[in-house]
Amino acid sequence: MSTFKISWQAALAIVVCAIALARLPIASVNDTAIFAPGATSAIFVLIGGAALLSMFPLSAMLTAAVLFIGAHGAAWLLIAAIAGSEGAAHASFFLLVAAAWLLAWRCVTVLSAIRSSNRSADTLLRLLIPTIFGAWILIIWEAITRGAGIPFVLLPPPTAVGARIANSLPVLWADVNQTILRAVIIGYVIGCGAGFVVAILADRVDFLRRGLLPIGNMVSALPIIGVAPIMVMWFGFDWPSKAAVVVIMTFFPMLVNTVAGLAASNHMERDLMRTYASGYWQTLWKLRLPAAAPFIFNALKINSTLALIGAIVAEFFGTPVVGMGFRISTEVGRMNIDMVWAEIAVAAIAGSVFYGVVALAERAVTFWHPSVRGG
Amino acid sequence: MQPAVSNTVIEASKLGLTFQTNDGPVRALSDVDLSVGKGEFVSFIGPSGCGKTTFLRVIADLEQPTSGMISINGMTPQQAREARAYGYVFQAAALFPWRTIENNVALPLEIMGVGRDEQKARIKRTLDLVNLSGFEKKYPWQLSGGMQQRASIARALAFDADLLLMDEPFGALDEIVRDHLNEQLLKLWAQTDKTICFVTHSIPEAVYLSTRIVVMSPRPGRVTDVIESTLPRERPLDIRESPEFLAIAARVRDGLRAGHSYD
Amino acid sequence: MASSTLAQSPVKQDGIFSRIASGSLFPVLSILAVLVALWYVFAVVLNAPFQRDLDRRAGEAPGFVEFVGKTLSQPKPTLPAPHQVASNFFENTFMRKITSNRSLVYHAWVTLSSTLLGFAFGTALGILIAVGIVHFVALDRSLMPWIIASQTIPILAIAPMVVVVFAAIGITGLVPKALISTYLSFFPVAVGMVKGLRSPEILYLDLMHTYNASAAQTLWKLRVPASVPYLFASMKVAVAASLVGAIVAELPTGAVAGIGAKLLAGSYYSQTIDIWSALVAGSIVAVLLVTAVGVVGHVVERSMGGRPA
Repeated sequence: MSTFKISWQAALAIVVCAIALARLPIASVNDTAIFAPGATSAIFVLIGGAALLSMFPLSAMLTAAVLFIGAHGAAWLLIAAIAGSEGAAHASFFLLVAAAWLLAWRCVTVLSAIRSSNRSADTLLRLLIPTIFGAWILIIWEAITRGAGIPFVLLPPPTAVGARIANSLPVLWADVNQTILRAVIIGYVIGCGAGFVVAILADRVDFLRRGLLPIGNMVSALPIIGVAPIMVMWFGFDWPSKAAVVVIMTFFPMLVNTVAGLAASNHMERDLMRTYASGYWQTLWKLRLPAAAPFIFNALKINSTLALIGAIVAEFFGTPVVGMGFRISTEVGRMNIDMVWAEIAVAAIAGSVFYGVVALAERAVTFWHPSVRGG
Repeated sequence: MQPAVSNTVIEASKLGLTFQTNDGPVRALSDVDLSVGKGEFVSFIGPSGCGKTTFLRVIADLEQPTSGMISINGMTPQQAREARAYGYVFQAAALFPWRTIENNVALPLEIMGVGRDEQKARIKRTLDLVNLSGFEKKYPWQLSGGMQQRASIARALAFDADLLLMDEPFGALDEIVRDHLNEQLLKLWAQTDKTICFVTHSIPEAVYLSTRIVVMSPRPGRVTDVIESTLPRERPLDIRESPEFLAIAARVRDGLRAGHSYD
Repeated sequence: MASSTLAQSPVKQDGIFSRIASGSLFPVLSILAVLVALWYVFAVVLNAPFQRDLDRRAGEAPGFVEFVGKTLSQPKPTLPAPHQVASNFFENTFMRKITSNRSLVYHAWVTLSSTLLGFAFGTALGILIAVGIVHFVALDRSLMPWIIASQTIPILAIAPMVVVVFAAIGITGLVPKALISTYLSFFPVAVGMVKGLRSPEILYLDLMHTYNASAAQTLWKLRVPASVPYLFASMKVAVAASLVGAIVAELPTGAVAGIGAKLLAGSYYSQTIDIWSALVAGSIVAVLLVTAVGVVGHVVERSMGGRPA
């Protein structure tokens, strides 16, 4: 075995670094360099050093740490210095960002190859790897928008969006309150509840089941969101019309999944209940509902996304002057794109939290299912 | 020798069952006459499609016969089921994965409305009986296949039915585990004095366990031979090398061969 | 002993006859009939207050039958009766030149074209990403969580912005809408395809390993054929999502053509009948698309020697 582990990412990073060095300065306005000599050399040392060090036969953890520091230190220096002088970047700037990104890539590759026997370390890795990936989407986005001086109205850098979120918390909270806490939650509960009840009904009445299942399956493929204008006409501009859209959108997935779930227990299990002379409700409660739980939770998860989409899009058809969909469509009209992004970020967080809560409940309830217990 | 059959548990006469399938009618059972006495251990053996499982399912009211008569303790299968007259053990353990072992054993007791304290006592007793004490709080998927099947036997024993119907309960297990469970089952039978109907396709298993062996053959499913075992009730594992054992096994094999035309 | 299971599960066959035999067609039709009847009842009930108001102003006191007739023939009803929607739909679909902007065929075509373009891109992208994820651990561990997380985000909220931003740099029409469809359709394909490419059992992978097959050979000879059912199942979801994306993309931008634009225009001018017939048009497009994908999937699976399910 050789003592050096040469990776193409690190090697390429060094080459790119060298080209960047030949094409200094990193950025300038009217021939005045923006990067202080100290910062410039620090960036080169960080990237070059990390790339070289990563080729030494260190432990995987140490290699990853070196790469992590090199890549993110350089990225931080690059972005911090370019802020305020948008559009001043030269080719060298982008080359250095690319080099840092290559190191981050190498870092993720090294981390991915680590197989930890320790459970908590494994969980940490499971979180760390996608976090680095996500961070680099933001870093590259930030570097390109700031470096190339893309107008804010087209694509604001993430930091500007972050600043906008921090400055507009009351507005954002009012929108969340209107759209999510009212329309989404209420519509979701009613829609899922109704779907569940009808599914139980359909399970009792075979005729209903055979009729509703194909209809439900077909409806789930339709653009139900189109009922939004009708609901707005019927229930007015305020949140009830949005909740109504959410009810309709969440009803069918719940119905179809619950009916499928109630059929999920196998013959042997049902025969077993039969040998106990168990009644319908006892069998439902002790066997079929627990067996259906994975299906029901699947619907709950699908619906968490659908509910948010339904409520936001329904607001495009008219709202009082508050709400996430309202904000998005009006701020788009005013070209306040950073506010739109802020609203989208909030929607993304809300959506993830919503989904996460349902997923956690699922893990607690269906702990026995192979997909959860990892068997 | 077995004591003479004093009171009959299962009585079947001219029993027949024909399934309507897309390939035409299939006669799963035809003219089955059989009676099983209290305390007997009867094995049903035969190739696939001979109707041995179907017969067990008819006893359990999981299939309806299309002709003939069958009674369990003098009742129809449905009445017997509603009176919870038997425990049924399936090919697979069929334990609910969301219940712990003790809660799985408690399942029939809950359905039958047994009180909490009584449930506890019975769970303890039956789990002791199948040597699963200490695993009460485990989930089924945390146990081996053999232990799961023992838990399902405990579940069938929990409500003290006199009749135990077992449908190839050890068919999916390896031979070493199977030997062990066979030995335990015999002990359990001796302790509890139950009537057991046992479906298998293993000749040694049938001979080792049974007081009577019912040989069946397919197309149509029917009884071709009934062999009384001459082995003593007390049976160590090495009885399987005794000439007596081998003689019975040979008779079963002959019976199977005679009933089976390899067409 | 297998006979019991044999009897309980009726052997499935294709074709309409077995469906009637297994009995889902009759229940479906009767439930649909009940729904249409309910629709009429609701139409009368919901349109009644406005009609009563009209009659009072006109000083008329119509009899019950006449009153019901009137509630079912308002020009801008709260809930149009099914026959109003049907005749509007028929008129705007078959009676107009398909180039006219009052023709639903024209609007459906505008939406359909961006749906299809987006769907094609989305499927291709989804497959590529899935192949990458299955072959590179780093990609699996860094990208896969984001793909799953992104399912939880109301992506559709971005639609108006994408359209406006593209318009600002001079790109309008088909491409921005198709982009949203791409975005919506690539997720299900990527996730389904990863599942499909990973569906071969370890036994088969070991077999390929004993042949010393390369990754590409394993991909083409084992993983891809195994993934076909998964691919088409997720493509059905993707094509429906793609259509929704195209419709929503038409909403906020003052688009003049497309089913979404039709919905918005109807909503502005309270042309409820127009909204409903646009909805019907959208639903028909959706059903056609999903059916088409299903049929293609069926044909492909059949030609690959798949067992008729």
